[in-house]
Amino acid sequence: MNETLELQHPKQAVARQRSPGREKPVTTLKEHIIEVISDSGEGAQRCGQSLGSIAAKMGNGIWTVEIIPAEIRPPARSVAGASGNRIRIGSARITNGGDETDLVVAFNEQVLLGRVRDKALMPGCIIMLESMWRESSDAAVVSSYVETYNMLVAAGYKVYEIPMEKECRALVSDARRGKNMFALGMICSLYSLDMKLAREQIALTFGKKNQSVIDQNILLLDAGYAWGEANLDFKYRIPAVRSKEAQIVVNGNTAIALGVLASGMEICAMYPITPATSASHYLSDVFEKVGGVVHQAEDEISACAFAVGASYAGKCTVTITSGPGYSLKQEGIGLAVMGEIPLVVVNVQRGGPSTGQPTKAEQGDLLTAMFGSHGDAPKVVIAPSTIEDCFYSIITARKIAETFNMVVVVLSDAGLATSQQPFPRPKFNESWIAPPIDQTAVPPGAKAYDWDATTGLARRFIPGQPGGMHTLTGLAHDRASHVAYDAETNEEAIHYRSLKLAALQKTLKAPPVFGGDEGDLLVIGWGSTKGAIEEAVEGLRAEGVKASSMHLRFLQPLPPGIKEAMQRFKKVITIESNWCDRPEDEIIDETNRRYSALAMLLRARYLVDVDCWSEVRGEPIKPSSIRRVITEKLKK
Amino acid sequence: MNMAAHECLLQLHDEHFKLEDYQSGVPRWCTGCGDSAILAAVQRLCRDEGLRPEKTVFVSGIGCSSRFPHYMKTYGFHGIHGRALPIAEGVKMARPDLHVFVNTGDGDCCSIGAAHWIHAIRYNMNITMFLHDNQIYGLTKKQASPTSPRGTKSNTTPRGSYLEALNPLTVTLGVQNVSFVAQAADWIPETLFDIVKAAYHHKGLSFVRIIQRCPEWLPDAFDPWMHDPKRVLMLTHENGIKLSSGLAGVYTNQEQHDPSNMNRAREIASCIDPIPVGILYRNEEVPRYEDLRRSKTLRTTEYIRAGLESEFDKVTVWPEESQEQQAA
Repeated sequence: MNETLELQHPKQAVARQRSPGREKPVTTLKEHIIEVISDSGEGAQRCGQSLGSIAAKMGNGIWTVEIIPAEIRPPARSVAGASGNRIRIGSARITNGGDETDLVVAFNEQVLLGRVRDKALMPGCIIMLESMWRESSDAAVVSSYVETYNMLVAAGYKVYEIPMEKECRALVSDARRGKNMFALGMICSLYSLDMKLAREQIALTFGKKNQSVIDQNILLLDAGYAWGEANLDFKYRIPAVRSKEAQIVVNGNTAIALGVLASGMEICAMYPITPATSASHYLSDVFEKVGGVVHQAEDEISACAFAVGASYAGKCTVTITSGPGYSLKQEGIGLAVMGEIPLVVVNVQRGGPSTGQPTKAEQGDLLTAMFGSHGDAPKVVIAPSTIEDCFYSIITARKIAETFNMVVVVLSDAGLATSQQPFPRPKFNESWIAPPIDQTAVPPGAKAYDWDATTGLARRFIPGQPGGMHTLTGLAHDRASHVAYDAETNEEAIHYRSLKLAALQKTLKAPPVFGGDEGDLLVIGWGSTKGAIEEAVEGLRAEGVKASSMHLRFLQPLPPGIKEAMQRFKKVITIESNWCDRPEDEIIDETNRRYSALAMLLRARYLVDVDCWSEVRGEPIKPSSIRRVITEKLKK
Repeated sequence: MNMAAHECLLQLHDEHFKLEDYQSGVPRWCTGCGDSAILAAVQRLCRDEGLRPEKTVFVSGIGCSSRFPHYMKTYGFHGIHGRALPIAEGVKMARPDLHVFVNTGDGDCCSIGAAHWIHAIRYNMNITMFLHDNQIYGLTKKQASPTSPRGTKSNTTPRGSYLEALNPLTVTLGVQNVSFVAQAADWIPETLFDIVKAAYHHKGLSFVRIIQRCPEWLPDAFDPWMHDPKRVLMLTHENGIKLSSGLAGVYTNQEQHDPSNMNRAREIASCIDPIPVGILYRNEEVPRYEDLRRSKTLRTTEYIRAGLESEFDKVTVWPEESQEQQAA
């Protein structure tokens, strides 16, 4: 496939492919995973995102995952430099990124090699490879390309060489930057996607630029489509069922930002950190339209203190961060706990400890979220498990924070942050919005911390309320907020701050069990792993395996009903993306094994022998890995 | 008329407050502590200006001086070490209608909270900030602070501190957007009050460094300056502080300094002996961060809803029928 066609205007090519006698056989698929990868800056991410949006608009289930190199501009043609997007498209709803990739479009062989080595690709999958390197003037590039090409073919991959840049060069001056849209057109041809939607998507993507940019990209898109129709000997179709109700397509971070908008919070204080920042980027763009403020503070500590101050004097405030930033906020979080100031802290988890893997997913901060800050600092911890949940979790967090005057930590992760999944367009509800700031006079004699004996709750006094004057302090204090070092007062205050968690727990419902109510194995997870766990469980149940799963949204307090559910199964295992020692290691045994975070919590609370399995590879856990774990656990 | 939503158009009756309306508890500072002089000046300010106690917030960090809010019968926020400024900024951003004051010490502001200090100057929010500078850590029992003169013997520098002292005035005057810098000394209460008042009236971040004595840990530190009025350089100006005839007779070392003169302000700030007292710099034209950032529109539920729906619209995949309806 090295030779290329004579260049012709794409419209002619389209006309030609429509002529009778050139129909290709179309294979109908239930789902496919497609990857588009390039060097950083070549636009594979935009190509992949657009593909996801087009498929979603056609009514397909999708889940997109960004492939992000750790550096902004890694060297060109480097194995570690793959930048792009991975799109799982299905006929039905898709809940996770799935297993290995079925078809990959690569702009050079080096980034492709990185993905092969990462075992991201299905053995023998289809590879559409930019062929320009074969004719490079640099002999080293040619030999690297040929060597890789031959190796891939020998390994059984179906490699198609595509002269993407050559084709684009005839149409535009900057072919390197334009070929992503050519690739998109080609993929649209391959998967029988709606070109009208594709053109609309380009108009939307480049909407902020001028019309000539849009026209040029549509030209490239059409050219790619025409090339695919004329030159590729296969074609797929993934039937789509358009939803009866309106859906929105956003990634987890955008969903979080939309949640902030919808919650009625007015101020978000943040400091730039990967992978949380894109939530603040989006919020910075739109928050002002509803009168909100994104304050980029001078550091993470300041962002937290600013949020605490704003919450104290007004409505509940949010601060958004990731692991290292979360560590820095600990003292401020403790102050909010002590002062009983409502606060929402979003931690988009990344690989740790220290700087770790900034762009990669991990669920390593659960225990820090629960037990962080010194002393007894009870706070609420919730973890969204879907993109939709990212939106609603923020609204829930704001409500809990203001009802209980507590810190609510929302644990998302890098996987959810950049993944897109359609969900029903939320129907606005007035109760989402925070109530106005209470400025009514405080009744004479009322105290700033008049803890209720049963629930520990107290009404908070907000500056501006006549008669409510007091000095909030991070020191131990009594009901009147007077500094109090005496033994009884100190214990009383700790007691009531703790009781609030129990009061919240009493309002929670037992988490549902997915699959059957009883059986051989219960898999428990939290956060972003839900889709993969349930897909694995569903698949295995169809084969007669008696496994079920339970996914926890509330991690502190843990909802009721967990122990009862666990007792209906012979075995229980958590699947998490935070480290647990491997029992097969020579020196690991029951006396020293470190369990994954949730397993440790469940074992401690319920005295049930909960096992755990974890993976900390920086990428979402695949359903096939979970199937394997469940199968093995049931054999033991 | 261009007014913020929280500004009151009518004053229906005059309100009169007494000092007792702002006094809370008995300060637990050492006898002779400079903090008491500052507290007296600030309580007098509140009374004279008729600040409503429920509309006034004193925010502090940690240290002796940060106990200040506890002794005010207003709202107070006794926060964490070094973070008084960001907390106060949050308060002001959420509630521009409140009078916000910050009390911070030399350790709190110039050491652990130094980053916030620099950026607070740059934000220039309408906050009055008092740096209680006694050149020593008091609450943790005598450790050298960044403003301790070189050679200060303390528990962490038993043979004398090693580094030259940081000069809070030159630091502040070196930051972009600085809008008000003044220096006062606790042993000249009349001028201290005048400066506190001018700081309160300034629209922007008013930075007031108050040189204060620590009778417990550095009892004699300022004796030479106290005993020799010539070692105090009084900055006077029709746009700055004016001295009473009594004070002018004692403090004869005076300079007519126009607070709009930044270059001269920086020269004066560099002077450690004599100690300059007065307003070094003032510029009412520097924009305030909260004014730049806060929306002038009232945030109604409908307003939020409209903003949210328009964002949803951008990312919505409509079902086929409704698209046809839209087309029709």
